[in-house]
Amino acid sequence: MPTFSSTFSEAFSLLATFDRVVAEIVLLSLQVSGSAVVLGTLIGLPLGACLAIGRFPGKDAAAVVMNGLMGLPAVVVGVVVYLLLSRSGPFGDFGLLYTPTAMVIAQTLLVVPLMAAIARQVVEDVWQRYAEELQVMRFTWWQSVTTLLYDCRHSLMVAVLAGLGRAMSEVGAVMIVGGNIDRATRVMTTAIALETSKGDLPLAIALGIVLIVVILVLNAGAFAMRAWAMRRYG
Amino acid sequence: MFPIRIRDLRFRPNGRPVLDGVDLDLGDEGITMVLGPNGAGKSVLLRTLCGLITPSEGTIDWGGTARSGVGVMMVFQHPMMLRASVLQNVAIALKPHRVARRERHLRAEAVLERVGLAGRRADSARHLSGGEQQRLALARAWLTKPRLLLLDEPTASLDPSATAEVERIVREIRTDGTRILMATHNLGQATRLGDDVVFMSAGKVREHAPVRRFFSRPASEEARLFIQGELPWRMNF
Repeated sequence: MPTFSSTFSEAFSLLATFDRVVAEIVLLSLQVSGSAVVLGTLIGLPLGACLAIGRFPGKDAAAVVMNGLMGLPAVVVGVVVYLLLSRSGPFGDFGLLYTPTAMVIAQTLLVVPLMAAIARQVVEDVWQRYAEELQVMRFTWWQSVTTLLYDCRHSLMVAVLAGLGRAMSEVGAVMIVGGNIDRATRVMTTAIALETSKGDLPLAIALGIVLIVVILVLNAGAFAMRAWAMRRYG
Repeated sequence: MFPIRIRDLRFRPNGRPVLDGVDLDLGDEGITMVLGPNGAGKSVLLRTLCGLITPSEGTIDWGGTARSGVGVMMVFQHPMMLRASVLQNVAIALKPHRVARRERHLRAEAVLERVGLAGRRADSARHLSGGEQQRLALARAWLTKPRLLLLDEPTASLDPSATAEVERIVREIRTDGTRILMATHNLGQATRLGDDVVFMSAGKVREHAPVRRFFSRPASEEARLFIQGELPWRMNF
């Protein structure tokens, strides 16, 4: 039975020697979660802004649903995407199940409500202050959305980071739709779960360290960028 | 667009009369100062004219048409300052006019020159002083060459020198051919800038007269009390 310190020691040596298995898993994780966050940003932020400034029946209900979906269980999303992409599902012909693309789709569905809900709150506060002037200048609805998203760009970094954190740390959805196939769909979270169950704790810890460092570095970068932007633009 | 004829304009949110039968005629040139105590309906009248508020009753005839559509701009007491440069904050006014980005910036630079902010074009708009922000807001409005410019107490929180600079720009915009309607509490400003005065209280236009006559011989008792600074802040007219 390995000790706590020996497990960490082996984990650090795996990282120090830049273990190929670890590198491949980390790279795929970044590709999958990064793609999901990019898609989530393109869909979620405008969706949140539309909810913030749009006037339509059921707007409040839509906001409640969006907020509720922030806590959507990853396994539920995984099962739904699995059903959609499985051979007998409506998109079965595309053959996407157990591919990184399926994992990107599942993670995108997970992060969109989270990013949209945060974006709605951020944009709504600014919209209340800008609405009259944008209307006087005869901005169209879409021009208002893009202007507000641009103006809130630094605050919306929080939404992007929240999405990235959710995507990188979830395990249920990618496990179901990706299948955790070695050198094909194995990402950090699914690898950690697998290696822990196998008793290969050093690899699990090494991947955990990378996961935490990646998230911390991205957060630190975003924090620094926001601080600079606040000094530059007020 | 001109003459603008406002008839029996009423606005009653939740049954409370904010505009209570406003009748007003506005010709095609000059600066009209809108005076009156707090809650008189000055800002609401301006907001109604630029389409931000839909009146409960009454009509606004824009030189024979029911709705002006374009050519009306408004500058607010606390103008919007996007987290962007001074130049971008001005140029954005042309975004809905389908003007190419480069052209927008060229025109914005020209108008920034006229309001004395050309040297700060690259600075963040949010780092400007209150007076400079109002000049930026005037530049933004001016850029669109409005036929009618509505100013809602643009100098309310400015010091005398910043106020003087704003007044200079307002005069220049007027000289450029823009009709101006300006709400203010500053009686000195009304005499310096205005051609005529609209005096409002309790949601009604009580008096509309040339500026000199309004201040020398106000027709109504409310106007006389207001000029003397003795109008009770909550009167039941």
